[in-house]
Amino acid sequence: MEFLLASAIGGLTTAGVYLLLRARTFSVVLGLALLSYATNVFLFAMGRLVTNAPPVISTLATDYTDPLPQALVLTAIVISFGMTAVVVVMALRSYLESDSDHIDGNGLAQAGEPGSVVLPVEVSEGGR
Amino acid sequence: MNQWIVFAILLPAVMAPVLVLAARHDIVLARVLSVAACAAQLALALGFFVSASSEPPQMYALGDWPAPFGIVLVLDRLSALMLLLSGALSLLVLLYAIGGWDARGRHFHALWQFQVMGINGAFLTGDFFNLFVFFEILLIASYGLMVHGGGRDRVGAGVQYVVVNLLGSTLFLIAVGLIYSVAGTLNMADLALKVPELAQGDRAILNTGALLLLMVFGVKAALVPLHFWLPGTYANAPAPVAALFAIMTKVGAYSIIRLYVLAFGAEAGASAWLAAPWLLPAALVTLVLGMAGVLGARSLGQLAAFSVIGSMGTLLIAVGLFSEQALGAGLYYLVHSTLAAAALFLVADLVSARRIVHGGQLDAGPAFADSGLLSAYFFVLAIAVCGMPPLSGFIGKLLILDSARSSALVAWIWSLVLGTSLLCIVGFARAGSTLFWRRHGVGDLPPPEQDVSSSGVLPMVSTGAILFALVMFTVFAGPATVWLDDTAAQVFQPGQYIDAVLGAGGINE
Repeated sequence: MEFLLASAIGGLTTAGVYLLLRARTFSVVLGLALLSYATNVFLFAMGRLVTNAPPVISTLATDYTDPLPQALVLTAIVISFGMTAVVVVMALRSYLESDSDHIDGNGLAQAGEPGSVVLPVEVSEGGR
Repeated sequence: MNQWIVFAILLPAVMAPVLVLAARHDIVLARVLSVAACAAQLALALGFFVSASSEPPQMYALGDWPAPFGIVLVLDRLSALMLLLSGALSLLVLLYAIGGWDARGRHFHALWQFQVMGINGAFLTGDFFNLFVFFEILLIASYGLMVHGGGRDRVGAGVQYVVVNLLGSTLFLIAVGLIYSVAGTLNMADLALKVPELAQGDRAILNTGALLLLMVFGVKAALVPLHFWLPGTYANAPAPVAALFAIMTKVGAYSIIRLYVLAFGAEAGASAWLAAPWLLPAALVTLVLGMAGVLGARSLGQLAAFSVIGSMGTLLIAVGLFSEQALGAGLYYLVHSTLAAAALFLVADLVSARRIVHGGQLDAGPAFADSGLLSAYFFVLAIAVCGMPPLSGFIGKLLILDSARSSALVAWIWSLVLGTSLLCIVGFARAGSTLFWRRHGVGDLPPPEQDVSSSGVLPMVSTGAILFALVMFTVFAGPATVWLDDTAAQVFQPGQYIDAVLGAGGINE
């Protein structure tokens, strides 16, 4: 079980970091999501891996699993879920404002690149 | 147990939903409520300041759960100082925002209160995971504030800011997990007791977790090489928001001071002074890079943003020396640099709003309205930021240089701090002379009527008030340094903090 869990965390992190380093916002959002999954599983394992043991006090139990990481993971899941929603909205807004889905907003310079979504627009001064 | 401590978090936490629910359509009511809440927080912070000055650290156990198991809030001199600073800054900058910025988008005041709640919580909490939660609260609010008013450049910079900070949050969780897996506690005071007794085999995991945490705080504090998000974010954020963000970099610095002196300080056995070999060199590079950025800035926003990086470098040098004297000097510089950076962003906004064609670009342009008063503001700020006499930047840098004399890197610190001050002077002199002296072209006068942020006296008065605070901080530098040295002494006696948390409400049943 340890190997399975460790390789899963490793795989998720690798994929997450790779996607995070891409130029387009969609892959970056996916990368962040994968990284947060990896973190959640990682946090869960920090209380040591125990099977078939309750986290709360019970008269029948002989062994317990650590309840604290479970509470932490719950908080972390809620926060990362909310944050993924926020970053999706911000990325969409940025795409609509600049007509480019590049993370640095400079997609216009690479208009010839296949697959890039670039609409013909006038470059206007943003800001205030 | 001091019940009042929790009000520093409760007050903005209650006021923010009230602003969303009751004052959504009424900007006047929202302004009144928001200013009242910030004024009440300032009064509360003043009370904390007085009470922390005379008493040992106090704590509040949330839900009355005993200390290592429940979450505690701790008020000592350091957190009282930070609360007072954030209270004063948020009130003054909010008054500036009322000059027009708050009406350019929705929910400005509610987000402002949430931001203040996150900042206050981060300064008070005595628990790691709770620190993560308060970091998230202040970040979520800052995402909203950062894109307030919209615009292509601002939203683009906002996306980068969010992505970098989400990555930082992920690292924070991993670091907390690593520390918990070997120490079995999330309470900072309890961790300080556990760290020296840890088995040798677990030491590597603990140190990895602690250094990952340093990276997370480094992202917040704009420590090189984790500073790259800051110039784009601060230069593109709305001016009052950028001014409030000046205290957000200090949240990172505060966390570094708190954690690496309390839990990884002199008492930590094999992990003693864990952050020291990394922090000081990184801070020196931060200082050079920030001040070089000031010299190369092409707009006022960039100038202010890079001066923040430079001042964080100076501050973290003082922190990275990890001595009582250096921390006292660093705290003086912290207060000074927060006020100076906030005022600089506001002055940059006042100037750019009046230059219709050139905006914040550092190009010679026609004359603009109020340039007499604004050039005086800019001149005072340039003196303060560069650290020239007679203002507080000079005193702060002098204290830091004095405290570095016993360090092994003293030659580096002295030459870099003095050399970068010269870079900063040249950068500000160039910016100021271009903006205020080299004029040509048709005059912009009369001033633009349509720009809301430039009309009215409130923005001018609140910016002037921050400058006045800076001058007062210089005039009363004597009493201030005595108080701050006592604060540094308290930080370097972790026993007081640990007794307050674990002695009073701890496991004594």
